Amino acid sequence: MGAGHSHKLYRHGHSPVHALPPHCKIAAVFCFVLVVVSTPREAVWAFGLYAVLIAAAAGAARVPAGFLLKRLLIEVPFVAFAVLMPFVAEGPRVDVIGLSLSESGLWGAWNILAKGTLGVAASVLLAATTELRELLLGLQRLRMPPQLVQIASFMIRYGDVITDEMRRMRIARLSRGFEARGVRHWGILAKSAGALFIRSYERGERVHLAMVSRGYTGTMPVIADTTATRAQWTRAAALPVAALAVCLLGWTL
Amino acid sequence: MHVPDGFINAPVSVATGVVAAAAVAVSLRGARRELAGAGSGAERTAPLAGLVAAFIFAVQMLNFPVAAGTSGHLLGGALAAILVGPYTGVLCVSVVLLMQGVLFADGGLTALGVNITDMAIVTTVVAYALFRGLVKVLPRGRRSITVASFVAALVSVPAAAGAFTGLYVLGGTADVSIGKVFTAMVGVHVLIGIGEAVITALTVGAVVAVRPDLVYGARGLTQPLELRTVQVAVPGAGAGEVTTAARESAESAPEPASGPAPAAPGPRRSTRRVWLAGVATALVCAGGVSYYASADPDGLEKVAHDQGIDAKAKDHAAKDSPLADYGVKDIGDPRLSGGLAGVIGVGATLAVGTGVFVVVRRRKSAGTAERAVGSV
Amino acid sequence: MDPLSTTTPAAPSLDVSGLAYAYPDGHQALFGVDLTVGRGERVALLGPNGAGKTTLVLHLNGILEAGAGTVTVAGLPVGKKNMAEIRRRVGIVFQDPDDQLFMPTVREDVAFGPAAAGLRGPELEARVTEALERVGMAGFADRPPHHLSFGQRRRVAVATVLAMRPEILVLDEPSSNLDPASRRELADILRSLEVTVLMVTHDLPYALELCPRSVVLSGGVIAADGGTQDLLCDTELMHTHRLELPFGFDPRSVTLSG
Repeated sequence: MGAGHSHKLYRHGHSPVHALPPHCKIAAVFCFVLVVVSTPREAVWAFGLYAVLIAAAAGAARVPAGFLLKRLLIEVPFVAFAVLMPFVAEGPRVDVIGLSLSESGLWGAWNILAKGTLGVAASVLLAATTELRELLLGLQRLRMPPQLVQIASFMIRYGDVITDEMRRMRIARLSRGFEARGVRHWGILAKSAGALFIRSYERGERVHLAMVSRGYTGTMPVIADTTATRAQWTRAAALPVAALAVCLLGWTL
Repeated sequence: MHVPDGFINAPVSVATGVVAAAAVAVSLRGARRELAGAGSGAERTAPLAGLVAAFIFAVQMLNFPVAAGTSGHLLGGALAAILVGPYTGVLCVSVVLLMQGVLFADGGLTALGVNITDMAIVTTVVAYALFRGLVKVLPRGRRSITVASFVAALVSVPAAAGAFTGLYVLGGTADVSIGKVFTAMVGVHVLIGIGEAVITALTVGAVVAVRPDLVYGARGLTQPLELRTVQVAVPGAGAGEVTTAARESAESAPEPASGPAPAAPGPRRSTRRVWLAGVATALVCAGGVSYYASADPDGLEKVAHDQGIDAKAKDHAAKDSPLADYGVKDIGDPRLSGGLAGVIGVGATLAVGTGVFVVVRRRKSAGTAERAVGSV
Repeated sequence: MDPLSTTTPAAPSLDVSGLAYAYPDGHQALFGVDLTVGRGERVALLGPNGAGKTTLVLHLNGILEAGAGTVTVAGLPVGKKNMAEIRRRVGIVFQDPDDQLFMPTVREDVAFGPAAAGLRGPELEARVTEALERVGMAGFADRPPHHLSFGQRRRVAVATVLAMRPEILVLDEPSSNLDPASRRELADILRSLEVTVLMVTHDLPYALELCPRSVVLSGGVIAADGGTQDLLCDTELMHTHRLELPFGFDPRSVTLSG
């Protein structure tokens, strides 16, 4: 994976999904996840259909299944939580292969697993098909306050620079024979963290000077503006609308 | 602790989303004030907050080895609040969470509100309120800053866990008893909190040692010195006097009331107002949100119900939800009961926080007399 | 102290007179600086650490406000009223290109200045391309700055300022951290520009190579002003102001082409 700005989840490509304007994609994914979350957990088949929808979207984006599945690993801590749930939850118990499990706990576990997994899959798909810069522009188009977008883009721009500084400090520590092995060494590490903060803050001040020197007065000039056509919106809406249909079915059946 | 989608139900997710949006909007204004340097105003916010966010993002990747191959890392809410101020802290941690959600699928998109409320707002606000309170109580000096940072970070993490439990009470999708969730969450997070506290205190200590001017929480260190000489002239009271503002709202002890109200208002906005506003907001949010969100059936369910297509004759959502067990007894109206439960939840969290605060303060004020000679 | 060594055209690119400044904490950094840089001149600003070089630079585009004295850029006085125009006219290239390049891509970064001045669309695009071509970085427009080498970043930093068509280019330590090849490339670029240059540097050979004229800022005033070669050959003057030539470098032995 390319480091830095083409962030870790991004997969370069020219699929119809890649070509959609970022704000359409963000809105679509958000609505999709919202629909998924509001689906009753008892409608097991609905989640199957959602998975099919996601798979179809991934297919259209030409994101290989393996890539998507690998990225789902981020969910693991909550899988552990879900697995525990049938054991600790209240309510009537059922016997599954000799274990006494809570029925509602099982439902709860299923609920979290299904919804969480679909949510992560949708987000991964978004991140895999949208460049970082585009994501920020998309958020801005969706009326996220410009100041917030600016802060986010500075964070992205300097995240690498600061991580790099952190790495250099670590190498400097190692070169002087220091290796943190336990709690005793936290003091040294914290000193590095403190130094990192000072450097970051001072860099912030220098960046500010550099910006003011080029005529910055508090608002970013609009340089690239993406607009979406009705057709693009319609295409992006396909996913959440289909999901909504499934969801409504889930509630009625 | 990044909550995924589906963990908290839709209404509460939306409600926390609204809370988070409001908090971020308020923080944007507040951060402008906090980051304004000499003379220059709003245009400093973006680069400085951005860099601080990048710092938090980076420092979360800094591994602190615990033992035998395990290691922990910083969550950063308390650290951010102390180093750059509560508003900027909320703002930066929120941006970090947002980016983690969008770029790394870390934390669900619909759970963003929950995550921000929990990890950005509660942590930061609790930590900062405690920190300011302690700094006022403790004798002035670098050591006090470190101690205050320690306590603030220590409490902030379980407080976030408590807040999470509260949200879970309102909109949890799994049927685990509240007691268990609370015990597990707070239990685990007290442990995490200890690590967080040590690292935060050491880091703040390191910055204070080199550039005290950069530590927002320590900015008052030189100015209030003058303020104190003014106060000393009035009564013959001890160091405890200075803290009235923070304490008064937290506990209605008679002691602060008897002392004269701090005549000279601090150079900054007094902690008391911030504290009161925080408590009020928390109560209103908890009460209001649970009143509407939790006990109310899901929108879609309501539609189904109203139209008589609810063939399965499902139980009312309120019964299904964990709140049914948790609702205040003897109150028939499920909405009211839920709202009260929320208020009580916040109250409990607050009481724990205040309790710790009071205990620490007592100990300190008892110790100040002895230490007064020793400390600078 | 007023240097009249250069015959200036009608409105010099930069005219600083009697500039004094004290920081809010009371520390005074400038004690009456007088400096005139004519249009098209390339001048090196030399001086020991702490002489007030950076403070002076920050006055040139009004980031710091003069305590006393005036700064005029091509006839326009630096002040609140015409700040936007002043910042367009004075292009400062800061020492660390990472500070200067704050946008996600090279293109956006170069476009930042002109866009802040109100330029849009194809005109803006043309401006960006032109600036990048002048520093030989036209092929890198869509790259994130973080992916460039240090030398490339410094060149893009110059482009970000050139895109604003400045009256005067102010460079803070342009040769620092550059390998010899990048250093030479940057020198070629700077020589090819038809713009007034004020270069703050410790790199005396670089000053000699690029700037016919040098001024020494020491103790908050201009302590010397003259031909770079003459200045570097004045051992006593150099010594007084803590300026030292690199080992084995003899400014007398250098013959300048023009």
